[in-house]
Amino acid sequence: MNSAVSASLSADSTQSKALHDAFNDEPLREPLVLGKPTLHDVTRKVLDIIESKPNIKFLAALSVTLMMALWGGVCIAYTIAEGVGVWGLNSPVFWGWDITNFVFWIGIGHAGTLISAILFLFRQKWRTAINRSAEAMTIFAVVCALTFVLMHTGRQWLFHWLLPYPNQMNMWVNFRSPLMWDVFAVNTYGTVSLLFWFTGLVPDFATARNFVKSKIASKIYSIFSLGWTGSARHWHTYEMAYMIFAGISTPLVLSVHTVVSFDFATSVIPGWHTTIFPPYFVAGAIFSGFAMVMTLLIIAREILGLKDYITLKHLDNMNKIILATGMMVGYAYAMEFFIAWYSGNTYERFVFINRATGDYAWSYWIMISCNVISPQVYWFKKLRRNVPLMFIISIFVNIGMWFERFTIISTSLHHDYLPSSWGYYSPTWVEISIFIGSFGIFLTLFLLFAKFVPMLAIAEIKSVLPGSQPKHHHHDEQH
Amino acid sequence: MNNQAVMGNFTDVNVLMHAAEKIRDAGYTDFDIFTPYPVHGLDKVMGVKRTILPYISFGAGATGLMTAIGLMYWTGAVDYKLSIGGKPFFSAFFGLPIMFELTILLTALATFGGLWYLCGLPRWYNEYQHDEGFRRAQDDIFVVSIFSTDKRFSLDTAKHLLTELHASDVRVVDAQV
Repeated sequence: MNSAVSASLSADSTQSKALHDAFNDEPLREPLVLGKPTLHDVTRKVLDIIESKPNIKFLAALSVTLMMALWGGVCIAYTIAEGVGVWGLNSPVFWGWDITNFVFWIGIGHAGTLISAILFLFRQKWRTAINRSAEAMTIFAVVCALTFVLMHTGRQWLFHWLLPYPNQMNMWVNFRSPLMWDVFAVNTYGTVSLLFWFTGLVPDFATARNFVKSKIASKIYSIFSLGWTGSARHWHTYEMAYMIFAGISTPLVLSVHTVVSFDFATSVIPGWHTTIFPPYFVAGAIFSGFAMVMTLLIIAREILGLKDYITLKHLDNMNKIILATGMMVGYAYAMEFFIAWYSGNTYERFVFINRATGDYAWSYWIMISCNVISPQVYWFKKLRRNVPLMFIISIFVNIGMWFERFTIISTSLHHDYLPSSWGYYSPTWVEISIFIGSFGIFLTLFLLFAKFVPMLAIAEIKSVLPGSQPKHHHHDEQH
Repeated sequence: MNNQAVMGNFTDVNVLMHAAEKIRDAGYTDFDIFTPYPVHGLDKVMGVKRTILPYISFGAGATGLMTAIGLMYWTGAVDYKLSIGGKPFFSAFFGLPIMFELTILLTALATFGGLWYLCGLPRWYNEYQHDEGFRRAQDDIFVVSIFSTDKRFSLDTAKHLLTELHASDVRVVDAQV
């Protein structure tokens, strides 16, 4: 170390220096990145993924997902041409897989925003390894969700009727409708997530611009990097912007699933008309989102060799969040049931007993076993760090959370107030195909992202490497 | 004469902090430090003024809120009153979600736009991008750069100062326009 700096350090009390060094030099906590990479190693690691030739596995995976997306596209076209009558919707079940899938995909997105915004505000540095891919996942999930809400409107070519614009009918949209709130919430969510993600990417695009070998690739990254130089003056504004984005995304992510839950909660259908819905939906969204992040990252770290960056500690932390939110969801299931009984409302009571024992009992019990029972293994550290196990559990949770939405929607609709109007709903092959297609869109986008976009936040990982930040400079902080 | 910059590289972040402080103390204002990641406290040491971005964001957020209220009030309670289930034509309660969302949306757009505006970006090129060391600032070194546009700039003093502060590869880079 430079002598002048040593002198300025020793000017401080030796005791606080010793304490500080203990925290900085000795790994009291597990390191965030294993293998002690240098700054250059981090750059190379991420750019190597971009620069590697796509191998046969990648191309095979991409063609499968593209095929799925294409098939979904065909079925979407079929739905638009023929109308939603090609779906299994009937009276009284007017919402089926369309809304189930919409809520499912929107929920998936929430983990990305939680990681990028809420964990940032809580100074959870471990987020740096996973935030980029989780945010990407958010955006792709919102794309899928938008597909389903657009499809469910029936006359999709009139989607602009959802927007308040002056028109020949002199009419405006009905702002009293929760479906209208959804339009604003989901579009705001998509836009803000995209801006936040892109802002985070700019410095990494600049790194790619400077160091990829291909001239064409460098030009393309150059455009997306906006001419970023890493000037400390720019970083100053940048960090402020990042903080503001995190600050506004935090209430935003809570609001989006709250508004989605209002689609149900503000109605008068038994089983939907409950005040527990907003927190219950938000917890479920984070739960399902983390499960999807797990599924994708376990595969990515295996294939792309990112085990030093996405470490067992990261997976462990995410499993803790899955356990916590899983318990919240389980609590909500129990509380819903309790309130249905405690309210003394016959219809409410009937709907919940019908959920657990009626025509859709199979769906209800899949939900309970996947969402409440399966995460319980995460009470044990050993199991939280068992990769094959957590892969299986993450799939279970994905399945369970899909069934949660399906259960809520179909059980409440198929048996409501009048027994004469009771019915049953099952999807047609068109609905199933569009759902498969949405996975195709999601996975295709994710594969392309993993190949062409810096998959780890290079600058952010560098900033949390040991020794990358100055040791308590006396101008640093006032306190 | 074309603009010039005296640049020097640093690898130790603590040495860098010390250097930044000394350059500021020497009275330079038109200097910059290019770093691969945000270095905490460096902006303060350099004497960077706090950014006005939060005011831009806040202003936009307030505009978003007002827009939402105005939009819902004017369309629902003034321009075309449509009674639906006897509900009020305007109320802060049903208006809350949209008021909130538009506030967030405009804040985000303004933060995004304001960030790049305040940074003077996007730019197609940088006049120093031909310098290899300068480009390496996106990888693993810190590049301190004193620009000739600074009013107390002199080549020799600047070079001498950087050398004294333990910069490596102290060099004069000509701006290419």
